[in-house]
Amino acid sequence: MAEVILKNLSKSYGDQVGIADVSLTIPDGSFVVLLGPTGAGKTTTLRLISGLDKADQGEVWIGGRQVDNEMPAQRDVAMVFQQYSLYPHLTVRENLAFPLKSPVLKTSPDEIERKVNDVASVLQISHKLDNKATALSGGEMQRVSIGRALVRDPAIFLMDEPLSSLDAKLRTDLRVELKRIHASLGATLLYVTHDQIEAMTMATHIGVLDHGRLAQFGSPRDIYENPNSLYVAGRLGQPRINILPADLFGGMPQGTTQIGMRPEHITQGEGVEAQVQRVEHLGDQNRLHLNLQGHDVITIADPATDYEPGAVLKIAPNNPLCFDATGARIR
Amino acid sequence: MSFSVTEPSKRSKWFAGTMVILYALITMVPLVWIMLTGFKSPSDAISYPPKVLFEPTLEGYVNLFTTRTRQTDDFLAANPPQTWYDEIVREYDMVIAGPSKFGERFLNSVIIGFGSTFLSIVLGTLAAYAFSRFKIPLADDLLFFILSTRMMPPIAVAIPIFLMYRQLGLSDTHLGMILLYTAVNISLAVWLLKGFIDEIPREYEEAALIDGYTRFQAFYKVVLPQAATGIASTAIFCLIFAWNEYAFAVLLTSGTAQTAPPFIPTIIGVGGLDWPAVAAGATIFLLPVMIFTILLRKHLLRGITFGAVRK
Repeated sequence: MAEVILKNLSKSYGDQVGIADVSLTIPDGSFVVLLGPTGAGKTTTLRLISGLDKADQGEVWIGGRQVDNEMPAQRDVAMVFQQYSLYPHLTVRENLAFPLKSPVLKTSPDEIERKVNDVASVLQISHKLDNKATALSGGEMQRVSIGRALVRDPAIFLMDEPLSSLDAKLRTDLRVELKRIHASLGATLLYVTHDQIEAMTMATHIGVLDHGRLAQFGSPRDIYENPNSLYVAGRLGQPRINILPADLFGGMPQGTTQIGMRPEHITQGEGVEAQVQRVEHLGDQNRLHLNLQGHDVITIADPATDYEPGAVLKIAPNNPLCFDATGARIR
Repeated sequence: MSFSVTEPSKRSKWFAGTMVILYALITMVPLVWIMLTGFKSPSDAISYPPKVLFEPTLEGYVNLFTTRTRQTDDFLAANPPQTWYDEIVREYDMVIAGPSKFGERFLNSVIIGFGSTFLSIVLGTLAAYAFSRFKIPLADDLLFFILSTRMMPPIAVAIPIFLMYRQLGLSDTHLGMILLYTAVNISLAVWLLKGFIDEIPREYEEAALIDGYTRFQAFYKVVLPQAATGIASTAIFCLIFAWNEYAFAVLLTSGTAQTAPPFIPTIIGVGGLDWPAVAAGATIFLLPVMIFTILLRKHLLRGITFGAVRK
């Protein structure tokens, strides 16, 4: 396990910017989640750390060692690919044993047997060990590919949307399992996802990427409560944060053009009138879709409330986030 | 197959089966004819109308593997035949003087055919991998250039090659013939194998690199096993060309490195038109390629339909 440091890392693919000037410290034993839409540079970051791609500029340090000129094998990283990348000509057992048999690790056969069986039982694939890797369902393949990383004890685990192709139940199970592995091994993980539940539940730190740049890095709570831009604010929160023109309510700081209100940060019963469009009963809460002078607003209400569509409700912001014309936060 | 959407009807299956069997029968007629001729006597072989039913004899095979001399009656009377093949040639008042050169020539064919196939596959796979995976300046032009060596009949460059080989001392050597057939086959090998390797996703190698292997180890452990299908079918094409090549073999070999194709016709000249011996030679000559193809058949079937089968 080791600390990983990225210093001013840049990478372009032709005209396409992969990442631009990213500096990031992944503390030893942390679980860092990179969030961002497609094309934000999440996978590029993983590929640069693993050594599959070479950076145009900047440095990668793993465990106090600059690794820019090292082969992936020398960097001691494990990676879970989004497309599984299981070796199709090998069985599940051979796939799991593959990294252990590498010239770098040279594990003894007994040790390989033990580790493979351990990982297989954790991932619930023991009964499939002698299947060909191609004779598995998508979820099983994904578990094997996670297992292929977990049999090792690398400096850092790099995971590229490893749960994206699993069904909801398995995803929840594996989320808990990954978190447990992180806690018990003290492993350092860098995890790419665009699923905010995964990010919020597992991460010790979240990095938000925007067009190849690191928009914000901090604890999940910090990112949620204290986003420093409109973009970061929009990445977390379900339902999404409501973005409204600042002059709807008035009384905002100088320079504010837009305000952001999370659904739970709206006070009901005072302020400006809004019309109820639709009510969703979720059991533990009611979700209200409102129309506020032509703007859509979503807020939550007590499950006991019984608003009908068409009802009129007064709402006011409660600690809104203020943003200027460029989308930067005004504090 | 799992991807079939509709099961063909019984009648269309029956029709397809009949067509395949019919086609197989038609294409097999010449082969069967040659094999039968190998077991005929010379007079049966040239009889008209052709004989389908005849008394089989091993005369052709004996003549193929031996050289014979005609002897005087006194000599024949003093030396009764020792073996069954002595008896066969004795019918023509001949005795066996020694083995013919067919065995050697056949061995030459094996060495040169399989040697050049092996070399073509090794070089072809490495080149195809490089073309498929690395950024090579002018890669498309190079590939076209490689293929352009096939755009004329190889025999068109026979004279320069003949002169070159004489200067280099490669005429009538195994090495010379292996190099020549490899040079002709390698363009086919590179193009075919590049197609197969292009189909193997890079992610497998990337996974292997991260799992602690070098690029060459990743190539060896991950790419090669998956390219097995392509390698097998390419090997068959290369072997068939090298095995059957006639023109260069006539031109460049005469003794030590002569292969079977130029040798078999020379049998005709020895003691009349000995068609059964020629047919016997052709039959034996067929066997290695046939066995090789049958051994790799599983791969070949998948290989020829590549693209449709992967994944």
